[in-house]
Amino acid sequence: MNIPSKIGVVSCSGECCVEGTISRIATRLILEKLRPDNTVTICLPLFSIGEKGERMFARYFPTIAIDGCDKRCAKNAIEKYSGKTACSIVVSDLLEKWGIENPSPRRELSKEGVEAATKVAEEIAAAMDDILTRGR
Amino acid sequence: MSDPILIIPCSGIGKSFGSISREAAYCVVDELKKTQADTLCLSLLVMGDEDAIRSVKSHRCIAVDGCPNECSKKNLELLTAKLAANYRVVDTLRQNRNLRPSAVTFLDEDGRKLARILAEKIVSKIDELNHRGSVS
Repeated sequence: MNIPSKIGVVSCSGECCVEGTISRIATRLILEKLRPDNTVTICLPLFSIGEKGERMFARYFPTIAIDGCDKRCAKNAIEKYSGKTACSIVVSDLLEKWGIENPSPRRELSKEGVEAATKVAEEIAAAMDDILTRGR
Repeated sequence: MSDPILIIPCSGIGKSFGSISREAAYCVVDELKKTQADTLCLSLLVMGDEDAIRSVKSHRCIAVDGCPNECSKKNLELLTAKLAANYRVVDTLRQNRNLRPSAVTFLDEDGRKLARILAEKIVSKIDELNHRGSVS
């Protein structure tokens, strides 16, 4: 079994909607607070302009895609340029599951928006722990 | 909004530059030029979303990049979009060496100041482009 030490967490850019902002903030919370030793973040558009480092990392290490909406740009980008994702999280699905509607403006998260991002970050951390335990 | 200019920020997530590029874009489209500018998710363009690609080919675009990788500009060029101008946060930072933004997840005061300075540059460019459009 191949147990990874690092996991790539790739957030969609999601400038159009608050779910995109939540996906980015949740990813940053993972990197800064919840799993700083195990997290590498990757700028999604670097994939498409052919950045070899990003593509190679995602090819050899497990990745988790964090998407704002069901267009799943992050998941599709990873799988197009590097390989299958270990896990895919869609923020709009989680918000619906949790009964959270219109959590915040997209530009700057309100208190409710930060709370939603924190809950999403906890979901990502749980997915990371699972991968770190069972391997990719 | 008849013919909005599209402001496309990069999706940088690893440094404060990406956050500043997004805040500058939001400052323009949500506050300073609400009726003359709009934004799109860069990841939609990266993944070849047909509606998004049609938009950047039919509307003038301004790329706002955080770092010298210029993901937004390069992706727009790859799509043969109507790129009217491009800006880089690093250039604005060089012109304002008294500002030292460091926070990424939630911008600090210097980050917000830099985003505002960049947003005002973009607004000037929008005025210039619209004036040129009305004269020709």
